[in-house]
Amino acid sequence: MVGVALGIAAIAATLAMAAGCVLPERARVVWVGILTAASATAGGVAGIAVLAGSARFTANYPDLLPLGGIRIEFDALSAIFTVAAALVAVPASIYGIGYGLHGPSSRPVQVAYPLLVWSLMMVPAAGNVTGLVVLWELMAISSLILVLAEHQHNPEARTAAQWYAVVTHLSLLAIVVALLILAHGAGGESFAAMRSGAGRLGPGVTSVVFLLALLGFGAKAGVVPVHVWLPRAHPEAPSHVSALMSGAMVKLGIYGVVRVGWDLLGGGPGWWGAVVLIVGLASAMFGILHALLASDLKRLLAYSTTENVGLIFIGIGAAGLFASTGNRPLAAVALAAALLHVINHAAFKGLLFLGAGSIHSATGTRDLDSLGGLARRMPVTAATFAVGALAIAALPPLNGFVSEWLLLQSLVHSLPSKAVAVAVAMPVAVAVVALVGGLVAATFVKAFGTAFLAMPRSVEAEQAHESPRTMQIGLVALAGMCVALALAPTVLAEPLRRATVAVAGLSSGRPIHTNGVYLQLSGIQAGLSPLLLATGLGVMMVVALAVVRRRRVHHTVRDIPAWGCGRTLQTARMEYTATSFAEPLQRVFDDVLHPEIDVDVDHRTESRHYIEAIRYRRQTRDAFEQRLYLPLLGVVRRAGDAARRVQNGSIHRYLTFSLITLIVVLIAAR
Amino acid sequence: MSLTGTAVALLQVVLTIAAAPFLVGVMRLIRARLEGRVGPPIVQPWRDLRKLLGKDRMVSDNTGWVFSIAPLVLLASATLVAGIVPFLSTKSALDQVGDLFAVVYLLLLGTVFLSLAGLDAGTAFGGMGSSRAMTITAIAEPTVLVAIFALSVSTGSSNLGSIVAATLAHPATAASPESLLAFAALAVVTIAETGRIPVDNPNTHLELTMIHEAMVLEYSGPDLALIELAAHLRLVVFLGLLSNLFVPWGIATTAQPLQLLGAAVAVAVKIVVLAAVIAIVEVFMAKVRLFRVPELLAASFVLAFLAVTASFFLA
Repeated sequence: MVGVALGIAAIAATLAMAAGCVLPERARVVWVGILTAASATAGGVAGIAVLAGSARFTANYPDLLPLGGIRIEFDALSAIFTVAAALVAVPASIYGIGYGLHGPSSRPVQVAYPLLVWSLMMVPAAGNVTGLVVLWELMAISSLILVLAEHQHNPEARTAAQWYAVVTHLSLLAIVVALLILAHGAGGESFAAMRSGAGRLGPGVTSVVFLLALLGFGAKAGVVPVHVWLPRAHPEAPSHVSALMSGAMVKLGIYGVVRVGWDLLGGGPGWWGAVVLIVGLASAMFGILHALLASDLKRLLAYSTTENVGLIFIGIGAAGLFASTGNRPLAAVALAAALLHVINHAAFKGLLFLGAGSIHSATGTRDLDSLGGLARRMPVTAATFAVGALAIAALPPLNGFVSEWLLLQSLVHSLPSKAVAVAVAMPVAVAVVALVGGLVAATFVKAFGTAFLAMPRSVEAEQAHESPRTMQIGLVALAGMCVALALAPTVLAEPLRRATVAVAGLSSGRPIHTNGVYLQLSGIQAGLSPLLLATGLGVMMVVALAVVRRRRVHHTVRDIPAWGCGRTLQTARMEYTATSFAEPLQRVFDDVLHPEIDVDVDHRTESRHYIEAIRYRRQTRDAFEQRLYLPLLGVVRRAGDAARRVQNGSIHRYLTFSLITLIVVLIAAR
Repeated sequence: MSLTGTAVALLQVVLTIAAAPFLVGVMRLIRARLEGRVGPPIVQPWRDLRKLLGKDRMVSDNTGWVFSIAPLVLLASATLVAGIVPFLSTKSALDQVGDLFAVVYLLLLGTVFLSLAGLDAGTAFGGMGSSRAMTITAIAEPTVLVAIFALSVSTGSSNLGSIVAATLAHPATAASPESLLAFAALAVVTIAETGRIPVDNPNTHLELTMIHEAMVLEYSGPDLALIELAAHLRLVVFLGLLSNLFVPWGIATTAQPLQLLGAAVAVAVKIVVLAAVIAIVEVFMAKVRLFRVPELLAASFVLAFLAVTASFFLA
């Protein structure tokens, strides 16, 4: 069953690529969308089958590639990530039909897209080093092509792709080195051999492998300080690709860390968990602060991805820390929280990126400061984006709340503990999660409020229309997923148990219990029923509405202009913008963010006391980019300049170099 | 979800809704008397609500569905919380439905919708109020969650019923350092979240200082009635949480009518005492500048953090 589904996924993806290659433009977009959606559905079915209890699927193709061939090992942990990828890919592919008909429809884009979707689903299924590296690279290259999709009229896309290409390949290097050391020490490059042989490596070597893997996979996950490519590359890709990159691709970095650190290596000392936890805390804070100040909608979403990956890392790090102190059941709860957030984040971040894409294709801008009033013009986009915004802000009764609640439960119940590290780290972690939660709410009130509510701030926003039907289907499907995941997380209790059991270094029993509607945790006296919370809210709203309706004698609704404090003219220029909405919080976090603020005042020529125009610009630069990467690039450039002195193009000089080399080689070889 | 539990939850909801406007009336009366005024009768908030409910609905022509459903969501979230928080009995049916974290995030849901509604009309005041409300809420969040952390360490659960039951079983914990510190931290947050002096002034309509009133400026008639009622209800919920989490005595541990009656009287007395303290302090205090509010909240965060560390190091 699993094998058949994976086979169908591969065939459908191949057909989609062929369709992208040979068909004429309109048909190409339609068929690529349909076939990719089919491929993703098949992949999702395979994942769901494993999560529902089918035996894990293994296959071996030793002749497919030189070196080690390709092994497939598809267990419950892989399945979680494959399902997360499929969850975004199916709606994104359907959305891509409507999106591609008015946007990126060139051959390279339409061929790279199915390849990206398929490799996203298959990376977690790889069961040996060669397979993982090949699939990983397919994913990196296809996504790189897609980032470049709009490079002709968007120079930003080119620099973004440069950053992305460099970071992704350096990260690949780290991953390959880590896995080779591990494979060499363990005496085999299949995951099974590595798992059983990892004990032969010394503790020092294991830690080196772990840190290299954390660096390499962390770069793909977009955590601080190796996140710099993410807020550049994700916004520049076409929106359904951004949804895939943020919803699914970054998750594979998380998969890598869990798989290598706590499955293949079988877990390690407590400081591994502490390092992951600290990286997570830093990423969550850094990501949300930048998202808060961003006024480019897609950039905001990209930074929020760094924040969400930070939350997932907090869960994984906490799990590692708990496991090392011997509290396995709590470690399983933390890991389950992280894995549930992987799926939830795929649903709502995919939804939000698709929503941003609809806005972009309707108005031609991603700048929140020139949007507004779209709720009336694009009702479906507005309603679905609202669902995504409420979900990402972890508000009940939506799905983000469930995983955040699980995460908080696992952090809070770590005390009382004998370990001082836990006692110090956990209050800090809870505080960061809480502050991040509050700032996310502010960020998405800003994003939804300025994009969809009030009056339009530009002509483009005023003339916006709802997007084509296929794009709406994609949006509604993902919004439906968010609601379904919110109301019935109890269904995921058993799959999450299977996935946590698959992680050798963290597994223990059953993290989440359920008796139908209630979620309960093992060893923790706490309960939650998202379904009943939603029902309660619904009932209260209906009762309140009924009371208002009954009391109203006249039943009239009068449309009146908004209160302008005596002014009769209300224009969009008087509204709060995204920039002004975030201003109080920007002041609060001034010392952390150091935003650059320019105020230009133009005076009238007749007198300095009369002002013609005031321009206000605020820019927040990435501190890591400024302090870490640009100096590093400067060093590389200076080294290149120095090397140029040796290379002056003179043939005589090169002949001399050859002669000297020859002599050195002869002496050395003697 | 037992039948008696459901009855207790419903009773809590009905009683808190009935009592909330009276509490506001009492606070206004205390302030008035201390300021040398006669003051309105304590039923005045109820009369205001009745008057508002009878009026036409006036809706700004810029607004959409968010503006229309925000009062409903705000009131629904507050009433749901009133059913979850153990006011009368630890046996509320909603106790297992949501814990303290759920309560906090439900209240945040109301704030978020009100902030969105503030932006919807497209006026400068609405945006100003929304932006400020979200700022204060975001910064208050760490204090709340870390204080909950401190409370749940000693009892081993974040469920309200369990925390209250644990304090009843071990009365000494109510006077422990972590409990007192957490109380102080949550008290500051209560002031901030319910929009009282020194963070916000519920009576002001002075343009540049208001937060809550700026957000609801566009509302009138029945919608305003819902928002006012929700604001009253949130005040009761916060004060009820503060009193019953830290001083739970009097609360019923069963669902017997006589015990429930006693519990209602006990919680009413506790809430009125807290409200009176707030009202008296408000008379002698001025509102602080908006950008000093984060400092206040940071101080409350330090208290909450100390509460958690105390629970570890003094255990």
